[in-house]
Amino acid sequence: MAPALTIDDVRTAITKRQTTATALARDFYTRIRQEDPEIGAFLTLCEERALAQAGRIDAMTAEGKPLPPLGGVPVAIKDVMVTRGVRTTAGSKILENFIPPYDCTAVARLEAAGAVILGKLNCDEFAMGSSNENSAYHAVHNPRDKSRVPGGSSGGSAAAVAAEMAVATLGSDTGGSIRQPASFCGVVGLKPTYGRVSRYGLIAFASSLDHIGPFAKTVKEVALVLRTIAGRDPMDSTSAEVPVPDYVAELEKPVKGLRIGVAKEYFGEGLDSEVRAAVEAAIQKLADLGCEVVPVSLPHTEYAIPAYYIVATAEASSNLARFDGVRYGFRAKANTLSEMYRQTRDGGFGMEVKRRIMLGTYALSAGYYDAYYLKAQKVRTLLTRDFDEAFKKVDVIAAPTCPTPAFRLGEKVNDPLAMYLADIYTVTANLAGIPGISVPCSENHEKLPIGLQLFARHFDEATLLRVAHAYEQTRKAA
Amino acid sequence: MKVTEKDVAYVADLANLELTEEERARMLRDLNSILEYMERLSELETGNVAPMAQVSDRYGVDESRQGSDRFAYTIREDVKEGLRESLPHDAAVKNAPDTDGMFFEVPKVIER
Repeated sequence: MAPALTIDDVRTAITKRQTTATALARDFYTRIRQEDPEIGAFLTLCEERALAQAGRIDAMTAEGKPLPPLGGVPVAIKDVMVTRGVRTTAGSKILENFIPPYDCTAVARLEAAGAVILGKLNCDEFAMGSSNENSAYHAVHNPRDKSRVPGGSSGGSAAAVAAEMAVATLGSDTGGSIRQPASFCGVVGLKPTYGRVSRYGLIAFASSLDHIGPFAKTVKEVALVLRTIAGRDPMDSTSAEVPVPDYVAELEKPVKGLRIGVAKEYFGEGLDSEVRAAVEAAIQKLADLGCEVVPVSLPHTEYAIPAYYIVATAEASSNLARFDGVRYGFRAKANTLSEMYRQTRDGGFGMEVKRRIMLGTYALSAGYYDAYYLKAQKVRTLLTRDFDEAFKKVDVIAAPTCPTPAFRLGEKVNDPLAMYLADIYTVTANLAGIPGISVPCSENHEKLPIGLQLFARHFDEATLLRVAHAYEQTRKAA
Repeated sequence: MKVTEKDVAYVADLANLELTEEERARMLRDLNSILEYMERLSELETGNVAPMAQVSDRYGVDESRQGSDRFAYTIREDVKEGLRESLPHDAAVKNAPDTDGMFFEVPKVIER
Protein backbone atom coordinates (compact mmCIF):
# COMPACT_ATOMS: atom_id res chain seq x y z
CA MET A 1 0.00 0.00 0.00
CA ALA A 2 1.29 3.42 -0.95
CA PRO A 3 1.99 5.65 2.04
CA ALA A 4 0.09 8.84 2.81
CA LEU A 5 -3.07 7.98 0.94
CA THR A 6 -5.43 10.97 0.89
CA ILE A 7 -9.18 11.06 0.26
CA ASP A 8 -8.47 12.39 -3.23
CA ASP A 9 -6.03 9.52 -3.87
CA VAL A 10 -8.67 6.99 -2.84
CA ARG A 11 -11.28 8.56 -5.08
CA THR A 12 -8.90 8.73 -8.02
CA ALA A 13 -7.76 5.12 -7.60
CA ILE A 14 -11.33 3.81 -7.41
CA THR A 15 -12.61 6.00 -10.26
CA LYS A 16 -9.72 4.92 -12.50
CA ARG A 17 -10.35 1.29 -11.53
CA GLN A 18 -6.83 0.93 -10.13
CA THR A 19 -8.37 -0.57 -7.03
CA THR A 20 -11.75 -1.29 -5.51
CA ALA A 21 -13.25 -0.22 -2.23
CA THR A 22 -13.18 -3.87 -1.15
CA ALA A 23 -9.49 -4.34 -1.99
CA LEU A 24 -8.66 -1.10 -0.23
CA ALA A 25 -10.57 -2.06 2.91
CA ARG A 26 -8.74 -5.41 2.96
CA ASP A 27 -5.39 -3.61 2.55
CA PHE A 28 -6.20 -1.42 5.53
CA TYR A 29 -7.17 -4.41 7.66
CA THR A 30 -3.88 -6.07 6.75
CA ARG A 31 -2.04 -2.93 7.77
CA ILE A 32 -4.00 -2.65 11.03
CA ARG A 33 -3.10 -6.26 11.88
CA GLN A 34 0.57 -5.51 11.21
CA GLU A 35 0.87 -2.12 12.89
CA ASP A 36 -1.74 -1.92 15.59
CA PRO A 37 -0.36 -4.48 18.06
CA GLU A 38 2.41 -1.94 18.80
CA ILE A 39 0.15 1.12 18.76
CA GLY A 40 -3.16 0.01 20.23
CA ALA A 41 -5.38 2.48 18.37
CA PHE A 42 -8.29 0.12 17.73
CA LEU A 43 -10.67 -1.41 20.28
CA THR A 44 -13.05 -3.14 17.84
CA LEU A 45 -12.88 -3.95 14.13
CA CYS A 46 -16.14 -4.18 12.18
CA GLU A 47 -14.98 -6.04 9.11
CA GLU A 48 -18.39 -7.35 8.15
CA ARG A 49 -19.96 -3.89 8.12
CA ALA A 50 -16.95 -2.41 6.31
CA LEU A 51 -16.88 -5.05 3.57
CA ALA A 52 -20.64 -4.80 3.06
CA GLN A 53 -20.30 -1.03 2.57
CA ALA A 54 -17.25 -1.47 0.31
CA GLY A 55 -19.25 -3.99 -1.73
CA ARG A 56 -22.04 -1.44 -2.19
CA ILE A 57 -19.53 1.17 -3.39
CA ASP A 58 -17.96 -1.31 -5.82
CA ALA A 59 -21.39 -2.28 -7.15
CA MET A 60 -22.18 1.41 -7.74
CA THR A 61 -18.97 2.01 -9.65
CA ALA A 62 -19.48 -1.20 -11.64
CA GLU A 63 -22.87 0.13 -12.71
CA GLY A 64 -21.20 3.37 -13.79
CA LYS A 65 -22.82 5.46 -11.08
CA PRO A 66 -20.83 8.44 -9.78
CA LEU A 67 -18.66 7.79 -6.73
CA PRO A 68 -20.12 9.51 -3.65
CA PRO A 69 -17.93 12.20 -1.98
CA LEU A 70 -16.26 9.77 0.45
CA GLY A 71 -16.89 6.65 -1.64
CA GLY A 72 -14.63 3.82 -0.48
CA VAL A 73 -12.64 5.99 1.93
CA PRO A 74 -11.48 3.90 4.92
CA VAL A 75 -12.34 5.71 8.14
CA ALA A 76 -12.56 4.85 11.82
CA ILE A 77 -14.57 6.21 14.71
CA LYS A 78 -13.69 7.10 18.29
CA ASP A 79 -15.43 4.61 20.56
CA VAL A 80 -17.60 7.28 22.20
CA MET A 81 -19.88 7.42 19.15
CA VAL A 82 -22.50 4.72 19.02
CA THR A 83 -22.59 2.35 16.05
CA ARG A 84 -25.57 0.13 15.38
CA GLY A 85 -24.65 -3.51 15.92
CA VAL A 86 -20.98 -2.69 16.61
CA ARG A 87 -19.72 -2.79 20.19
CA THR A 88 -19.26 0.70 21.67
CA THR A 89 -17.37 0.92 24.97
CA ALA A 90 -16.46 4.62 25.51
CA GLY A 91 -13.15 3.12 26.64
CA SER A 92 -14.89 1.90 29.81
CA LYS A 93 -15.40 -1.50 31.39
CA ILE A 94 -18.93 -0.45 32.27
CA LEU A 95 -19.85 -0.68 28.57
CA GLU A 96 -17.64 -3.65 27.73
CA ASN A 97 -20.46 -5.58 26.04
CA PHE A 98 -22.68 -2.73 24.87
CA ILE A 99 -24.08 -3.19 21.35
CA PRO A 100 -25.91 0.04 20.44
CA PRO A 101 -29.27 -0.20 18.68
CA TYR A 102 -28.71 2.95 16.58
CA ASP A 103 -26.04 5.00 14.78
CA CYS A 104 -24.59 8.34 15.81
CA THR A 105 -25.66 10.99 13.24
CA ALA A 106 -22.05 11.86 12.30
CA VAL A 107 -21.29 8.18 11.66
CA ALA A 108 -24.48 7.71 9.64
CA ARG A 109 -23.62 10.79 7.53
CA LEU A 110 -20.11 9.50 6.81
CA GLU A 111 -21.49 6.15 5.73
CA ALA A 112 -24.21 7.80 3.63
CA ALA A 113 -21.39 9.67 1.84
CA GLY A 114 -19.74 6.35 0.99
CA ALA A 115 -17.11 6.07 3.73
CA VAL A 116 -16.09 2.58 4.84
CA ILE A 117 -16.02 2.29 8.63
CA LEU A 118 -13.17 -0.01 9.63
CA GLY A 119 -13.64 -0.01 13.38
CA LYS A 120 -13.79 1.75 16.70
CA LEU A 121 -10.91 3.66 18.21
CA ASN A 122 -9.36 3.62 21.64
CA CYS A 123 -9.75 6.65 23.90
CA ASP A 124 -9.63 7.73 27.51
CA GLU A 125 -12.57 6.34 29.46
CA PHE A 126 -15.63 8.49 28.65
CA ALA A 127 -13.20 10.87 26.89
CA MET A 128 -11.76 11.92 30.26
CA GLY A 129 -8.04 12.33 29.90
CA SER A 130 -5.22 13.98 28.01
CA SER A 131 -2.96 10.99 27.34
CA ASN A 132 -5.21 8.04 26.46
CA GLU A 133 -3.80 6.26 29.51
CA ASN A 134 -7.27 6.26 31.12
CA SER A 135 -8.58 3.72 28.62
CA ALA A 136 -9.91 0.71 30.54
CA TYR A 137 -8.51 -1.53 27.77
CA HIS A 138 -4.96 -0.52 26.94
CA ALA A 139 -2.83 2.56 26.36
CA VAL A 140 -2.17 3.92 22.88
CA HIS A 141 1.42 4.48 21.79
CA ASN A 142 2.30 7.55 19.75
CA PRO A 143 3.27 6.30 16.27
CA ARG A 144 5.96 9.00 16.09
CA ASP A 145 7.65 7.74 19.26
CA LYS A 146 6.19 4.66 20.86
CA SER A 147 7.50 5.54 24.33
CA ARG A 148 5.23 8.58 24.31
CA VAL A 149 1.52 9.22 24.65
CA PRO A 150 -0.55 10.03 21.56
CA GLY A 151 -2.47 12.63 23.56
CA GLY A 152 -6.05 12.31 24.57
CA SER A 153 -8.72 11.74 24.85
CA SER A 154 -9.00 10.94 21.11
CA GLY A 155 -5.56 9.28 21.13
CA GLY A 156 -6.66 6.34 18.98
CA SER A 157 -8.19 8.68 16.40
CA ALA A 158 -4.95 10.67 16.01
CA ALA A 159 -2.68 7.60 16.10
CA ALA A 160 -4.74 5.72 13.49
CA VAL A 161 -4.32 8.58 11.00
CA ALA A 162 -0.64 9.09 11.86
CA ALA A 163 0.09 5.37 11.39
CA GLU A 164 -1.94 5.22 8.15
CA MET A 165 -4.42 2.74 9.58
CA ALA A 166 -7.31 4.95 8.43
CA VAL A 167 -7.46 7.83 5.95
CA ALA A 168 -9.62 9.95 8.24
CA THR A 169 -11.16 9.46 11.67
CA LEU A 170 -13.72 11.06 13.92
CA GLY A 171 -12.90 12.15 17.45
CA SER A 172 -14.59 14.18 20.14
CA ASP A 173 -13.29 17.30 21.84
CA THR A 174 -14.60 18.48 25.22
CA GLY A 175 -11.48 20.37 26.35
CA GLY A 176 -8.96 19.74 23.58
CA SER A 177 -9.41 16.04 22.96
CA ILE A 178 -9.14 16.41 19.16
CA ARG A 179 -6.60 19.22 18.86
CA GLN A 180 -4.11 18.03 21.50
CA PRO A 181 -3.69 14.47 20.11
CA ALA A 182 -3.55 15.90 16.57
CA SER A 183 -0.67 18.08 17.75
CA PHE A 184 1.10 15.20 19.53
CA CYS A 185 0.80 12.82 16.56
CA GLY A 186 1.53 15.32 13.78
CA VAL A 187 -1.85 15.28 12.02
CA VAL A 188 -4.65 17.80 11.46
CA GLY A 189 -7.56 17.86 13.92
CA LEU A 190 -10.58 20.17 13.95
CA LYS A 191 -13.02 21.01 16.69
CA PRO A 192 -15.92 22.74 14.93
CA THR A 193 -18.22 25.39 16.41
CA TYR A 194 -20.62 24.16 19.10
CA GLY A 195 -23.79 23.27 17.22
CA ARG A 196 -22.05 22.76 13.86
CA VAL A 197 -22.06 18.94 14.09
CA SER A 198 -24.89 16.99 15.71
CA ARG A 199 -24.03 15.25 18.97
CA TYR A 200 -26.79 12.68 18.56
CA GLY A 201 -25.23 9.32 19.42
CA LEU A 202 -22.16 10.81 21.09
CA ILE A 203 -21.94 9.31 24.59
CA ALA A 204 -22.23 12.45 26.71
CA PHE A 205 -19.34 13.61 28.89
CA ALA A 206 -20.11 17.35 29.31
CA SER A 207 -23.00 18.27 27.06
CA SER A 208 -22.33 22.02 26.80
CA LEU A 209 -18.66 21.40 25.90
CA ASP A 210 -18.73 18.18 23.82
CA HIS A 211 -18.00 18.41 20.09
CA ILE A 212 -17.48 15.86 17.31
CA GLY A 213 -14.82 16.61 14.69
CA PRO A 214 -12.49 15.11 12.09
CA PHE A 215 -8.83 14.08 11.94
CA ALA A 216 -6.88 13.64 8.70
CA LYS A 217 -3.41 14.24 7.33
CA THR A 218 -4.36 17.41 5.44
CA VAL A 219 -6.62 20.41 5.98
CA LYS A 220 -8.46 19.72 2.74
CA GLU A 221 -9.50 16.27 3.92
CA VAL A 222 -10.66 17.67 7.24
CA ALA A 223 -12.75 20.20 5.26
CA LEU A 224 -14.27 17.37 3.20
CA VAL A 225 -15.22 15.35 6.27
CA LEU A 226 -16.63 18.42 8.03
CA ARG A 227 -18.79 19.23 5.00
CA THR A 228 -20.20 15.71 5.25
CA ILE A 229 -21.00 15.63 8.97
CA ALA A 230 -22.02 19.28 9.56
CA GLY A 231 -25.52 20.72 9.65
CA ARG A 232 -28.77 20.72 11.52
CA ASP A 233 -30.05 17.40 12.83
CA PRO A 234 -33.55 17.18 14.28
CA MET A 235 -32.24 14.59 16.75
CA ASP A 236 -30.00 17.17 18.47
CA SER A 237 -31.78 20.35 19.51
CA THR A 238 -28.43 22.13 20.00
CA SER A 239 -27.38 21.53 16.39
CA ALA A 240 -27.77 24.95 14.82
CA GLU A 241 -29.86 26.01 11.88
CA VAL A 242 -26.89 27.63 10.14
CA PRO A 243 -26.13 26.87 6.46
CA VAL A 244 -23.11 24.63 5.70
CA PRO A 245 -20.78 26.26 3.17
CA ASP A 246 -18.65 24.30 0.71
CA TYR A 247 -15.56 24.28 2.93
CA VAL A 248 -13.41 22.70 0.22
CA ALA A 249 -14.23 25.37 -2.38
CA GLU A 250 -13.55 28.09 0.21
CA LEU A 251 -10.02 26.79 0.84
CA GLU A 252 -8.55 28.36 -2.25
CA LYS A 253 -9.69 31.90 -1.54
CA PRO A 254 -6.76 34.23 -0.78
CA VAL A 255 -5.69 34.85 2.80
CA LYS A 256 -4.00 38.16 2.02
CA GLY A 257 -5.36 40.94 4.21
CA LEU A 258 -6.84 38.63 6.83
CA ARG A 259 -6.02 39.75 10.36
CA ILE A 260 -4.32 37.17 12.59
CA GLY A 261 -4.53 37.83 16.31
CA VAL A 262 -1.74 36.85 18.69
CA ALA A 263 -2.52 36.85 22.41
CA LYS A 264 0.39 37.08 24.84
CA GLU A 265 -1.62 34.96 27.32
CA TYR A 266 -0.93 31.92 25.11
CA PHE A 267 2.83 32.45 25.18
CA GLY A 268 3.43 32.71 28.91
CA GLU A 269 5.06 30.64 31.61
CA GLY A 270 5.16 26.89 31.01
CA LEU A 271 5.43 27.12 27.22
CA ASP A 272 8.27 24.96 25.90
CA SER A 273 10.87 27.12 24.13
CA GLU A 274 10.95 24.98 20.97
CA VAL A 275 7.13 25.07 20.75
CA ARG A 276 7.21 28.85 21.15
CA ALA A 277 9.81 29.26 18.41
CA ALA A 278 7.91 26.95 16.05
CA VAL A 279 4.59 28.75 16.56
CA GLU A 280 6.19 32.17 16.20
CA ALA A 281 7.81 31.04 12.96
CA ALA A 282 4.42 29.79 11.73
CA ILE A 283 2.84 33.17 12.51
CA GLN A 284 5.67 34.82 10.55
CA LYS A 285 4.79 32.53 7.61
CA LEU A 286 1.21 33.81 7.76
CA ALA A 287 2.56 37.38 7.75
CA ASP A 288 4.65 36.48 4.68
CA LEU A 289 1.43 35.38 2.98
CA GLY A 290 0.04 38.87 3.43
CA CYS A 291 -1.90 38.41 6.66
CA GLU A 292 -1.77 41.25 9.12
CA VAL A 293 -0.55 40.13 12.55
CA VAL A 294 -2.37 42.02 15.32
CA PRO A 295 -1.75 41.76 19.07
CA VAL A 296 -4.94 40.91 20.98
CA SER A 297 -5.68 40.31 24.63
CA LEU A 298 -7.57 37.39 26.14
CA PRO A 299 -7.16 38.51 29.75
CA HIS A 300 -9.14 35.74 31.48
CA THR A 301 -7.16 32.85 29.94
CA GLU A 302 -5.46 31.98 33.25
CA TYR A 303 -8.90 31.19 34.72
CA ALA A 304 -9.89 28.83 31.93
CA ILE A 305 -8.60 25.59 33.47
CA PRO A 306 -10.37 26.00 36.83
CA ALA A 307 -13.60 27.17 35.16
CA TYR A 308 -13.43 24.35 32.64
CA TYR A 309 -12.79 21.54 35.11
CA ILE A 310 -15.68 22.69 37.30
CA VAL A 311 -18.19 22.96 34.46
CA ALA A 312 -16.99 19.75 32.77
CA THR A 313 -16.99 17.61 35.91
CA ALA A 314 -20.35 18.99 37.08
CA GLU A 315 -21.94 18.07 33.77
CA ALA A 316 -20.15 14.71 33.77
CA SER A 317 -21.39 13.80 37.24
CA SER A 318 -24.93 14.31 35.97
CA ASN A 319 -24.45 12.61 32.58
CA LEU A 320 -22.78 9.54 34.06
CA ALA A 321 -25.60 8.97 36.54
CA ARG A 322 -27.27 6.88 33.83
CA PHE A 323 -24.68 4.12 34.21
CA ASP A 324 -26.40 2.19 36.95
CA GLY A 325 -26.36 -1.41 35.72
CA VAL A 326 -30.07 -1.50 34.93
CA ARG A 327 -30.60 -1.02 31.21
CA TYR A 328 -27.21 -1.80 29.67
CA GLY A 329 -23.61 -2.48 30.48
CA PHE A 330 -21.89 -4.13 33.41
CA ARG A 331 -23.86 -5.05 36.52
CA ALA A 332 -22.31 -6.11 39.82
CA LYS A 333 -23.99 -8.86 41.79
CA ALA A 334 -25.70 -7.50 44.88
CA ASN A 335 -28.64 -8.24 47.14
CA THR A 336 -30.34 -4.86 47.06
CA LEU A 337 -30.83 -2.21 44.41
CA SER A 338 -28.78 0.48 46.13
CA GLU A 339 -25.88 -1.93 46.69
CA MET A 340 -26.14 -2.94 43.05
CA TYR A 341 -25.88 0.71 41.88
CA ARG A 342 -22.83 1.38 44.02
CA GLN A 343 -20.97 -1.79 43.29
CA THR A 344 -21.73 -1.55 39.58
CA ARG A 345 -20.37 1.98 39.38
CA ASP A 346 -17.43 1.10 41.60
CA GLY A 347 -16.45 -1.89 39.50
CA GLY A 348 -17.36 -0.35 36.14
CA PHE A 349 -15.66 3.06 36.32
CA GLY A 350 -11.93 3.72 36.43
CA MET A 351 -10.17 6.06 38.86
CA GLU A 352 -10.19 9.22 36.73
CA VAL A 353 -13.90 8.87 35.96
CA LYS A 354 -14.64 8.42 39.67
CA ARG A 355 -12.45 11.40 40.49
CA ARG A 356 -14.37 13.61 38.05
CA ILE A 357 -17.75 12.36 39.24
CA MET A 358 -16.67 13.18 42.80
CA LEU A 359 -15.36 16.62 41.85
CA GLY A 360 -18.49 17.46 39.85
CA THR A 361 -20.84 16.17 42.54
CA TYR A 362 -18.96 18.23 45.12
CA ALA A 363 -19.16 21.38 42.95
CA LEU A 364 -22.92 20.94 42.57
CA SER A 365 -23.66 19.96 46.15
CA ALA A 366 -25.59 22.16 48.58
CA GLY A 367 -23.36 24.86 50.02
CA TYR A 368 -20.78 24.71 47.22
CA TYR A 369 -22.92 25.35 44.14
CA ASP A 370 -22.52 29.13 44.20
CA ALA A 371 -18.83 29.09 45.06
CA TYR A 372 -17.87 26.59 42.37
CA TYR A 373 -20.43 25.84 39.67
CA LEU A 374 -22.14 29.23 39.43
CA LYS A 375 -18.80 31.01 39.71
CA ALA A 376 -17.35 28.89 36.90
CA GLN A 377 -20.34 29.68 34.68
CA LYS A 378 -19.81 33.39 35.26
CA VAL A 379 -16.13 33.07 34.42
CA ARG A 380 -17.21 31.22 31.28
CA THR A 381 -19.10 34.38 30.30
CA LEU A 382 -15.95 36.46 30.84
CA LEU A 383 -13.83 34.08 28.76
CA THR A 384 -16.37 34.15 25.94
CA ARG A 385 -16.44 37.97 26.04
CA ASP A 386 -12.65 37.98 25.68
CA PHE A 387 -13.04 36.18 22.35
CA ASP A 388 -15.96 38.39 21.27
CA GLU A 389 -13.78 41.47 21.83
CA ALA A 390 -10.76 39.96 20.10
CA PHE A 391 -12.78 38.92 17.06
CA LYS A 392 -13.87 42.52 16.55
CA LYS A 393 -10.24 43.21 15.64
CA VAL A 394 -9.09 39.98 14.00
CA ASP A 395 -10.40 37.15 11.81
CA VAL A 396 -8.33 34.30 13.25
CA ILE A 397 -6.27 33.85 16.42
CA ALA A 398 -3.01 31.88 16.33
CA ALA A 399 -1.55 30.05 19.34
CA PRO A 400 0.26 26.88 20.30
CA THR A 401 -2.04 23.84 20.58
CA CYS A 402 -0.16 22.49 23.62
CA PRO A 403 2.56 23.86 25.89
CA THR A 404 4.87 20.90 25.11
CA PRO A 405 5.28 18.10 22.57
CA ALA A 406 4.03 14.59 23.47
CA PHE A 407 5.08 13.56 26.97
CA ARG A 408 6.17 10.07 28.01
CA LEU A 409 3.78 7.27 28.90
CA GLY A 410 3.44 7.22 32.69
CA GLU A 411 4.89 10.71 33.12
CA LYS A 412 1.72 12.36 34.47
CA VAL A 413 -0.55 9.47 35.47
CA ASN A 414 -0.16 10.05 39.18
CA ASP A 415 -0.67 13.80 39.10
CA PRO A 416 -4.20 14.66 37.92
CA LEU A 417 -3.65 18.41 38.20
CA ALA A 418 -0.53 18.29 36.01
CA MET A 419 -2.57 16.31 33.46
CA TYR A 420 -5.35 18.92 33.54
CA LEU A 421 -2.84 21.72 32.96
CA ALA A 422 -1.79 20.09 29.69
CA ASP A 423 -5.14 21.37 28.32
CA ILE A 424 -4.37 25.00 29.09
CA TYR A 425 -4.50 26.30 25.49
CA THR A 426 -7.41 24.20 24.29
CA VAL A 427 -10.20 24.40 26.89
CA THR A 428 -10.98 28.05 26.09
CA ALA A 429 -12.46 27.19 22.67
CA ASN A 430 -14.80 24.65 24.29
CA LEU A 431 -15.99 27.12 26.91
CA ALA A 432 -16.63 29.79 24.24
CA GLY A 433 -17.86 27.30 21.61
CA ILE A 434 -15.62 28.75 18.88
CA PRO A 435 -13.97 26.51 16.26
CA GLY A 436 -10.32 25.52 16.67
CA ILE A 437 -7.90 23.53 14.56
CA SER A 438 -4.45 22.05 15.14
CA VAL A 439 -2.12 21.90 12.15
CA PRO A 440 1.40 20.41 12.24
CA CYS A 441 3.94 23.25 12.15
CA SER A 442 7.30 21.81 13.11
CA GLU A 443 9.23 19.18 15.03
CA ASN A 444 11.41 19.56 18.08
CA HIS A 445 14.99 18.31 18.37
CA GLU A 446 13.69 14.81 19.12
CA LYS A 447 11.54 14.82 15.94
CA LEU A 448 8.36 15.16 17.98
CA PRO A 449 5.57 17.02 16.18
CA ILE A 450 4.49 20.51 17.24
CA GLY A 451 1.02 21.86 16.46
CA LEU A 452 -0.13 25.35 15.51
CA GLN A 453 -3.60 26.11 16.82
CA LEU A 454 -5.96 28.53 15.09
CA PHE A 455 -9.31 29.83 16.36
CA ALA A 456 -12.05 31.65 14.43
CA ARG A 457 -15.45 33.20 15.06
CA HIS A 458 -18.48 31.01 15.70
CA PHE A 459 -19.49 29.19 12.49
CA ASP A 460 -16.53 30.60 10.56
CA GLU A 461 -14.83 27.27 9.90
CA ALA A 462 -14.45 28.44 6.29
CA THR A 463 -11.93 31.14 7.26
CA LEU A 464 -10.28 28.88 9.84
CA LEU A 465 -9.72 26.11 7.30
CA ARG A 466 -8.62 28.57 4.63
CA VAL A 467 -5.84 30.00 6.83
CA ALA A 468 -4.83 26.51 8.00
CA HIS A 469 -4.70 25.32 4.39
CA ALA A 470 -2.64 28.33 3.25
CA TYR A 471 -0.19 27.72 6.07
CA GLU A 472 0.01 24.01 5.26
CA GLN A 473 0.90 24.83 1.65
CA THR A 474 3.90 26.88 2.80
CA ARG A 475 5.23 23.81 4.61
CA LYS A 476 4.79 21.62 1.54
CA ALA A 477 6.64 24.16 -0.58
CA ALA A 478 9.51 24.33 1.90
CA MET B 1 -7.25 20.75 53.81
CA LYS B 2 -10.63 21.99 52.69
CA VAL B 3 -12.28 18.68 51.91
CA THR B 4 -12.50 16.30 54.87
CA GLU B 5 -12.90 12.52 55.02
CA LYS B 6 -16.49 13.16 55.99
CA ASP B 7 -17.02 15.24 52.83
CA VAL B 8 -15.56 12.46 50.68
CA ALA B 9 -17.96 9.95 52.26
CA TYR B 10 -20.91 12.31 51.80
CA VAL B 11 -20.13 13.10 48.15
CA ALA B 12 -19.46 9.43 47.34
CA ASP B 13 -22.87 8.70 48.78
CA LEU B 14 -24.52 11.36 46.62
CA ALA B 15 -22.76 9.99 43.54
CA ASN B 16 -23.64 6.37 44.31
CA LEU B 17 -20.01 5.36 44.53
CA GLU B 18 -18.75 2.88 47.11
CA LEU B 19 -14.98 3.64 46.99
CA THR B 20 -12.40 1.48 48.77
CA GLU B 21 -10.37 2.81 51.70
CA GLU B 22 -7.45 3.37 49.37
CA GLU B 23 -9.63 5.22 46.84
CA ARG B 24 -11.04 7.43 49.61
CA ALA B 25 -7.55 8.41 50.71
CA ARG B 26 -6.55 9.21 47.14
CA MET B 27 -9.75 11.14 46.56
CA LEU B 28 -9.14 13.22 49.68
CA ARG B 29 -5.66 14.16 48.48
CA ASP B 30 -6.65 14.78 44.83
CA LEU B 31 -9.83 16.77 45.53
CA ASN B 32 -7.95 19.03 47.91
CA SER B 33 -5.12 19.68 45.48
CA ILE B 34 -7.51 20.29 42.55
CA LEU B 35 -9.92 22.47 44.53
CA GLU B 36 -7.04 24.52 45.85
CA TYR B 37 -6.14 25.32 42.26
CA MET B 38 -9.81 26.14 41.51
CA GLU B 39 -9.75 28.71 44.31
CA ARG B 40 -8.14 31.24 42.01
CA LEU B 41 -11.56 31.87 40.46
CA SER B 42 -12.44 33.83 43.61
CA GLU B 43 -9.91 36.48 42.53
CA LEU B 44 -12.38 37.58 39.86
CA GLU B 45 -15.18 40.02 40.64
CA THR B 46 -18.29 38.51 39.00
CA GLY B 47 -21.12 40.24 40.86
CA ASN B 48 -22.65 41.68 37.70
CA VAL B 49 -21.75 38.86 35.30
CA ALA B 50 -24.50 36.58 34.04
CA PRO B 51 -23.72 32.86 34.21
CA MET B 52 -23.32 31.03 30.91
CA ALA B 53 -24.77 27.53 30.80
CA GLN B 54 -24.48 26.91 27.09
CA VAL B 55 -23.33 28.33 23.76
CA SER B 56 -26.31 27.45 21.64
CA ASP B 57 -28.58 30.21 22.93
CA ARG B 58 -26.54 32.59 20.78
CA TYR B 59 -27.07 30.97 17.38
CA GLY B 60 -29.99 30.02 15.18
CA VAL B 61 -32.40 31.58 17.64
CA ASP B 62 -35.22 33.97 16.88
CA GLU B 63 -34.04 37.11 18.66
CA SER B 64 -37.48 38.75 18.47
CA ARG B 65 -39.00 36.12 20.75
CA GLN B 66 -38.74 35.43 24.44
CA GLY B 67 -37.83 32.37 26.49
CA SER B 68 -38.10 28.97 24.89
CA ASP B 69 -39.95 30.46 21.89
CA ARG B 70 -36.57 31.71 20.71
CA PHE B 71 -35.71 28.11 19.90
CA ALA B 72 -38.72 27.66 17.61
CA TYR B 73 -36.58 25.91 14.99
CA THR B 74 -35.87 23.04 17.36
CA ILE B 75 -39.53 22.13 17.62
CA ARG B 76 -40.38 19.09 15.60
CA GLU B 77 -43.54 17.35 14.53
CA ASP B 78 -44.80 14.77 16.97
CA VAL B 79 -44.75 11.88 14.52
CA LYS B 80 -44.23 8.16 14.98
CA GLU B 81 -42.51 7.33 11.70
CA GLY B 82 -38.86 7.18 10.78
CA LEU B 83 -36.07 8.26 13.09
CA ARG B 84 -38.44 9.71 15.62
CA GLU B 85 -40.00 6.40 16.46
CA SER B 86 -39.06 4.92 19.81
CA LEU B 87 -36.81 1.88 19.99
CA PRO B 88 -38.68 -1.37 19.47
CA HIS B 89 -39.19 -3.22 22.74
CA ASP B 90 -36.78 -6.07 21.98
CA ALA B 91 -34.01 -3.64 20.96
CA ALA B 92 -34.53 -1.61 24.13
CA VAL B 93 -34.02 -4.59 26.45
CA LYS B 94 -31.37 -6.34 24.35
CA ASN B 95 -28.43 -4.88 26.32
CA ALA B 96 -30.02 -5.36 29.72
CA PRO B 97 -27.95 -7.39 32.20
CA ASP B 98 -31.16 -8.96 33.47
CA THR B 99 -34.54 -9.00 31.74
CA ASP B 100 -37.54 -11.24 31.38
CA GLY B 101 -37.95 -9.95 27.83
CA MET B 102 -40.60 -7.48 28.90
CA PHE B 103 -39.07 -5.62 31.86
CA PHE B 104 -35.65 -4.74 33.25
CA GLU B 105 -35.14 -6.89 36.32
CA VAL B 106 -33.29 -5.54 39.37
CA PRO B 107 -32.56 -6.77 42.90
CA LYS B 108 -35.07 -6.16 45.64
CA VAL B 109 -35.95 -2.44 45.86
CA ILE B 110 -37.66 -2.25 49.24
CA GLU B 111 -35.15 -2.57 52.05
CA ARG B 112 -35.92 -3.07 55.70
